[in-house]
Amino acid sequence: MTSVPAVQADGLVKRFGELRAVDQIDLEVRHGEIFGVLGPNGAGKTTMLKMLATLLHIDGGRAEIFGVDVAAEPHRVRQLIGVTGQYASVDEDLTATENLWLFGRLQGLRSADARSTARRLLEQFGLQEAAERRISEFSGGMRRRLDLAASLITRPPLIFLDEPTTGLDPRTRGQMWDTIRELVNDGCTLLLTTQYLDEADQLADRVCVIDHGRKVAEGTPDQLKSQVGDSTLQLELAPGADQALARAVVLRVLDEEPVATPESGRLNVPLDVADRAADVLIALREAGVAVASVNVAKPTLDEVFLSLTGHDADADADSAADGHAGTVPGQDQPSLDDTTPEMSR
Amino acid sequence: MSTVLTEPTAVRPRPAPVTDPAVIVARTRARVGLGDTLSQTFAMAWRALKKMRRNPEQFFDVALQPLLFTAMFAYVFGGAISGDVHSYLPLLIPGIVAQTVLTTCMATGTQLREDLDKGVFDRFRSLPMSRIAPLAGPMIADLVRYLIAASLTYLMGVALGYRPGGGVLGVLGAIVLAVLTGWAIAWAFTWIGTVARSARSVQGISMMILFPLTFLSNAFVPAKTLPGWLEAFTKVNPVSHLVSATRDLANNGVLTWQVGWTLLIGLVMVVIFMPLSVVSYKRHL
Repeated sequence: MTSVPAVQADGLVKRFGELRAVDQIDLEVRHGEIFGVLGPNGAGKTTMLKMLATLLHIDGGRAEIFGVDVAAEPHRVRQLIGVTGQYASVDEDLTATENLWLFGRLQGLRSADARSTARRLLEQFGLQEAAERRISEFSGGMRRRLDLAASLITRPPLIFLDEPTTGLDPRTRGQMWDTIRELVNDGCTLLLTTQYLDEADQLADRVCVIDHGRKVAEGTPDQLKSQVGDSTLQLELAPGADQALARAVVLRVLDEEPVATPESGRLNVPLDVADRAADVLIALREAGVAVASVNVAKPTLDEVFLSLTGHDADADADSAADGHAGTVPGQDQPSLDDTTPEMSR
Repeated sequence: MSTVLTEPTAVRPRPAPVTDPAVIVARTRARVGLGDTLSQTFAMAWRALKKMRRNPEQFFDVALQPLLFTAMFAYVFGGAISGDVHSYLPLLIPGIVAQTVLTTCMATGTQLREDLDKGVFDRFRSLPMSRIAPLAGPMIADLVRYLIAASLTYLMGVALGYRPGGGVLGVLGAIVLAVLTGWAIAWAFTWIGTVARSARSVQGISMMILFPLTFLSNAFVPAKTLPGWLEAFTKVNPVSHLVSATRDLANNGVLTWQVGWTLLIGLVMVVIFMPLSVVSYKRHL
């Protein structure tokens, strides 16, 4: 029975002077899912997460974690969450083991239990080699992993991850992703923020897009992507064309299994590079498969972001603090068509 | 219904996947108990002691100041104030003890301020732990500092020829009193640490409080030699009470009402600044 959502926020507001860093955000995160909060630097992701994690005062609206009010009962909420901050929240002067032991003790574990938990977590995160080293000697990736491990000591049902892979190299990033996926297999609920569109795509079951403190869209990554068009080559075969042959050709050319859609004669082919569509088409003609229509849609959430907010995800870090003349009014179910803001530059 | 646990720890390490969150919610507690507060405070003290051992250079001022100041003041002011160095020592040493203990308090505030800016404090804030433990823990560890500072001052004094009339017991009493008072007064600097914007400003503010307090007291000169208005101030200056009490204990081995006054002042400091610090820490970001 999991009727209570892990996170329920209504109209969250955070003001810093004139600036509304978080402006009327509603959020519902279901138990057991990975929920991604996507947005550029300065969009208000971290601020929102800090409010939910009892680290920042909530200026307006309300939030509940598993039905417990964040503002009214922060101490209870803290027993339900683990927070992994953007900047490693572990002690530089202590070793990895000492850090985990300390956090275990602070959460009511007995000394021996805290020690065995520390050992187990270090093993789980592949850090046993570095167990007795000080954090100041750790690499960025190791720090992040230790930080995540520190959030799991009491196995809280909800984990907040603030930009878990920002600044990591691609390999470490992949490792971090694997670790995060495993967490959910353990039954955790995860709320993560990210400025990487592919990260949200990779990890999250559902995503909301935040810009200038407002939520501009929400849905599964696929739903969001489908708002701009599918990230695929869509083939409609001519009536009577050999579908099996067409599938074989696509498989040979792209080494990728095409997906048949419910409408007969239609194939969706995932493309990594758009111009490989041409290869597929040429191969199909050589094989004598007639194609009725072709559609190549541009992929990734980048596109989504662009069409939702009217500006590029990366290019906007500086203008984030200038207020939000160019943003869309927050909506519960925004659709792409009516979110075309004018830019004010 | 969950079964009754033998020990009411909030959540135990379990190998099994997380259970129904409703069960965990039901198991949460509304506030931290006294026992947990104590064990968390000691865990934080452990952390502070570890950090002290790893960064021994921070003991530099604690160790150096008593040695340097005792020698300097004794030879520079000894002749002028008491006729010779030797007769100045019984007056000076307790003064230096008070001064070093107060300066050490300043370090408490400065280091807390530095600590608060570190990422690890975000974690402490997000943990279901007592809000006083992160403040009180380091202060327990700081008792070590006060002890070092006070003891070194007396050792230096003895090396220069100071022979305390109160004997070993008297000196020990004086050291204990200095350590306790230092701890109590440090709450004021802890509070400054939680409200100031940076470690540097903590240091600046603290210096402005400490300098007049130590020098406008009877710590280094007999109060009688001062102009009337200043003498009146030294009489109400808490530092004077600490100095007088330490003198009574160390030089004469007697428990006087000055000791009582000093303890009372310490108590008042704790009663005022401990809650202020906690409130300000809670609000802090």
